[in-house]
Amino acid sequence: MAPTRSAPAAAAPDPGPGPGTARRRAPEPRRRTRRRTRANPLAGFGAFIWLLVVGVPVYALLVATLQRSDRYLESGPLTPPGDPTLENYTKAIENGFLVFVGNTLLVTAGVVALVVVLAVPVGYAVVRARTRGTDALFRFFLLGLAIPAQAVIIPVYLIIRELGLYDTLPAIVLPTAAFALPVCVLILTGSMRDISDDLYEAMALDGAGQVRTFFRLVVPLSRSGISTVAVYAALQAWNNFLFPLILTQSREQRVITLGLFDFQGQYRVDIPGLLAAVVLSAVPIFVMYLIARRSLVNGLMGVGGK
Amino acid sequence: MSVSAPLRTPRRRPGGPSVGRPGAVWALPAALFFLFFAVIPMGLVAYLSFTSWNGLGTPQFVGAQNWQRLAGDPVMHQGVLLSLGLTVGSWAVQTPISMLLGVWAAGPQRNRAVLAAVFFVPLLLSSAAIAIIWKALLDPNFGPLARIGPWLGLDSVSLLGSPSGAFAVIVFVSAWQFIPLHMLLYQGGARQIPASLYQAAEIDGASVPRRFLHITLPQLRNTITTSSVLMVVGSLTYFETVLILTGGGPGTSTSIVPYLMYRFGFMGYEMGYASAIAFTLVIVATAVSLVMVRLTGFGSMRSTREGM
Repeated sequence: MAPTRSAPAAAAPDPGPGPGTARRRAPEPRRRTRRRTRANPLAGFGAFIWLLVVGVPVYALLVATLQRSDRYLESGPLTPPGDPTLENYTKAIENGFLVFVGNTLLVTAGVVALVVVLAVPVGYAVVRARTRGTDALFRFFLLGLAIPAQAVIIPVYLIIRELGLYDTLPAIVLPTAAFALPVCVLILTGSMRDISDDLYEAMALDGAGQVRTFFRLVVPLSRSGISTVAVYAALQAWNNFLFPLILTQSREQRVITLGLFDFQGQYRVDIPGLLAAVVLSAVPIFVMYLIARRSLVNGLMGVGGK
Repeated sequence: MSVSAPLRTPRRRPGGPSVGRPGAVWALPAALFFLFFAVIPMGLVAYLSFTSWNGLGTPQFVGAQNWQRLAGDPVMHQGVLLSLGLTVGSWAVQTPISMLLGVWAAGPQRNRAVLAAVFFVPLLLSSAAIAIIWKALLDPNFGPLARIGPWLGLDSVSLLGSPSGAFAVIVFVSAWQFIPLHMLLYQGGARQIPASLYQAAEIDGASVPRRFLHITLPQLRNTITTSSVLMVVGSLTYFETVLILTGGGPGTSTSIVPYLMYRFGFMGYEMGYASAIAFTLVIVATAVSLVMVRLTGFGSMRSTREGM
């Protein structure tokens, strides 16, 4: 975690005393220094209300997945099930959920690899090159922020079909990666700007060429930016709905989001089964949240994390 | 546009002696890739909007027919208004709540960890998953709201069944989904505010609301911009939520522009007309993001410590 000066002081929700407190300057001797002198009951009350707004649906969701589907229709969703069962989860898995997870993982890995390989050199060129071309390129990527995926899905569909990729996983990977590029270039240029000129000079004095400078200096020093980019790209791939919806068709190529959409069409009455699949779809990201919370949060925020 | 890297740039820079610099060639693969899958498709959308095409054969050039139709299509007018309404509504609902929660979460409360963990849940779910959850919760026959709604004075049967109710549900569900993210942004922003400012205000005897108004708000300026831009761009490209929760209905009362594009293009196979709709979306989004690049000063370092 190389802290860049421009990054927010860990926006992650932190258990216990977080960086917000750790970064504090020397505390005043008398009484607890409060960063904020808002013993603000109103804000606390607001937070409590929001806790209900988020907590109640999540509770209802989890309870529903433990109900037998026939019981769910009778006893309603908010009563805790008398005999909790995991059959909804097993049912979701039997219905091919693991295939969808596998596909999503493949797509995600492909998108992350592609984006990192393509975007990191762009960041280097934008920050270091002195040619007009790179400035123009940077603007070009910035303008790309303005292109909504929905707007170009029709030609993308045409292109993918012409390439003979329709209904394959690469069909999802290519456009998803392309649309993640602008934000990734932004994040990377932001983090590479912090590498000081002296280091480049030192590399040059050592007789290092461009390629060696890139791999020995730029890549190691922009690790945090690269991991943010990787997480951002992964989330884009993980949650993408439109590209798979339009560019794939068969069950074998289905990703999780589409799988859920499809279950929803099938399981008109089996709400617990459907919701169990929804919960399963969140498990991988939840695991990632437990392992690498800060990277996940930075990745979620994309541009905003800068 | 030169692509070859000059071996040595003899130009004098105020940054010391010139060292070897990468040329634009480093950025070329990504640029070409992006060109192929995003920029060229933009041009194609513009072209296709002047054709009649069912998605299978060859597009036939028909002049401005699609655009004339679009100009006179009440559903499309409604769609643009709905998209703008959704954008404004989302911003108006999400910004104040996110800001208050974020500023509150940046404070020293003890129980923050538990709360933050719960607040974080919506971020773990995809848009599709969230839409499905709310569809189940709002189900007029089996959903919880059908049972507890009467106590709250809400009638779930009418929620997704009435135009204004369905629109309100879309705004609410998007808020439920995105407020945690913006709350994190504001939390990060609020943490950057130097404590000394508050101490000074406290010594001057400024009240809590005044401190919020004169310290917190101005200091959060950058955060507000960033967050607002994300919200606006997000609302313009809303799709899954509408598709799953309301299917654009009841009637066409939640058919926002991206949904109309999908409906005409991939359900009705009128790809030419759908391209015209899509291009309308490009125009709106471009205008928004030009403003956004202006405002946020992307590409230049922003100081969060002005006057310190």
